[in-house]
Amino acid sequence: MRQSIIDVRNLSKSFDISSKEPGLKGTIKHFFRRQTKSLKVIKDISFEIKEGEIVGFLGANGAGKTTILKMLCGLIYPTEGSILVSGYLPFRRKENFLKNITLIMGQKQQLIWDLPPIESFYLNASIYDIDKFEAKKRIKRLSEMLEIDEELFMPVRKLSLGQRMKSELLAALIHEPNILFLDEPTLGLDINAQRNLRKFLQKYNKETNATICLTSHYMKDITSLCKRVICVHEGAISYDGKLDLLLKKLSPVKEILIVCRSEEDAIKLENSGFTVKNKTKNEVTIKIENYSITSSLKTILNNFDIEDLFINEPPIDEVIGEVLIKKDYDI
Amino acid sequence: MNIRKYLKVYKKFLHTSLASELEYKTNILVDLITAILSLIGSIFLLSIFFQNNGYIGGWKFEQALIIQGIYTILNGITNTWFNPNLTEIVKHIREGTLDFVLLKPIDSQFFISLKKINPSGFLEIMLGFLLLLFCVRINQINLSLSFLTLSLITISCSICILYSLWFFISTTTIWFVKTWNAIEVLRSFLYIGRFPLNSFSFSLRVFFSIFIPIAFITTIPSEVFLGLSQWWKILLEVIVASVFLITSRKFWLFALKFYSSASS
Repeated sequence: MRQSIIDVRNLSKSFDISSKEPGLKGTIKHFFRRQTKSLKVIKDISFEIKEGEIVGFLGANGAGKTTILKMLCGLIYPTEGSILVSGYLPFRRKENFLKNITLIMGQKQQLIWDLPPIESFYLNASIYDIDKFEAKKRIKRLSEMLEIDEELFMPVRKLSLGQRMKSELLAALIHEPNILFLDEPTLGLDINAQRNLRKFLQKYNKETNATICLTSHYMKDITSLCKRVICVHEGAISYDGKLDLLLKKLSPVKEILIVCRSEEDAIKLENSGFTVKNKTKNEVTIKIENYSITSSLKTILNNFDIEDLFINEPPIDEVIGEVLIKKDYDI
Repeated sequence: MNIRKYLKVYKKFLHTSLASELEYKTNILVDLITAILSLIGSIFLLSIFFQNNGYIGGWKFEQALIIQGIYTILNGITNTWFNPNLTEIVKHIREGTLDFVLLKPIDSQFFISLKKINPSGFLEIMLGFLLLLFCVRINQINLSLSFLTLSLITISCSICILYSLWFFISTTTIWFVKTWNAIEVLRSFLYIGRFPLNSFSFSLRVFFSIFIPIAFITTIPSEVFLGLSQWWKILLEVIVASVFLITSRKFWLFALKFYSSASS
């Protein structure tokens, strides 16, 4: 049985937020007498993550995903509760803890803007006390995995966003961390760059058994990388479990497009008692409950002359979008 | 603390920031010209003050040039290290990139204080030393070992006080987010350091000794140069520098507990 590497118990975080009324009067009032109120952004959450797991944190903007990630890294002090990451209290930021983790943020960069990424890699290597020979070996291995080569020697400011993100990943992984915290790593990347990044993360997880905590608004990132998701709604956990279970629960129906050999068959199928979504000439789209797919398909294949059929998953974005606005899931 | 590792990292800092700066040749050239013109302008201004009366606050023009020399060295150090690094703290905090610094297995104060370097400041440091050498000659100062040691100690203390003041103000960014104005006020006060402390009224002398210790920064090292300084003053400067350095360190560690990082 895999060991738990992240253990969070009854974690809460409050921030003092100042608010300002609109207009000049509000601005003057705000300047002289700032009104602040304490806002609880994380509310009593608990979860465990096992070694080697890839967990996706889902939630609307401002739900608290990034705050959770930053508390797990030790960047933000929790107000209440306890966190243990790899046996360490993160906010103490002990050297051995920091050598074990990395944080990658899609919207922020650590590479030196005017120099080629290779300079930043060697700088990071010296900070992590990695000798030049070993650093060279790691850069070679990771650049092969990330499929970057001559970009390593071009100034960062000349690189495309995709190339820059790959270089950011390399800079963040040169110390071979066991735990990766990724905050929207594919933000702004084109479809190919997103796919390449996901492929890399899958490969990295498989080869190193690293634990990955990921937040993303691109559902493809979540569905292709994470078996488990933690849904965060207004600072509380609304669901923690397997992604496919959540999808089954939220979307118990599949859409099947059936192409009949003749139009008569299509009419017959339309009137045979299935829930029909739409019909065009010899094509009929029906909706079938997940639990009866096998028996229903058997009936259709035995009774109608079918040329082809397609089983369509419900649009995942719509399904997950529902998760983001619901408070609780009893699954 | 692993000194060997820190030296290795500092070597890398030097290498990367020099390489970054050298990407923009014209900028370096303009900075170098500015440094030379600024020194010439300051000496010209000083000479105007001394034109009518040979003395200001009991100091001759030749003696006051020592203060100008020390000021130029300190200004060079400010432009080489403090300005590029400590102004960056504000940016780190506003944009949330301090996250990357805090997650590195290295002292965060070391990282943010020394990561960058502006090579054009070196010229000012060099010009300051040349001016001091010139002052040694015109003031007929005897270059003994004790003189050199005391000068080195007092100038090092001045650097520590200046750094701590600057770092202290930059650290408050964690609460106030924007502190450019406070840094500009500090820089303006530093200009006062080009003149002997005795040239100011009593109340200003107290202010610049206690509240913003500009007096310690240039006047005491200059007095050491002229053999006018008393032991208690040197000791006081060492104590003030140590207190400032320790306080700025403690303040940074305390402030980090309030760092909330920028939103994504």
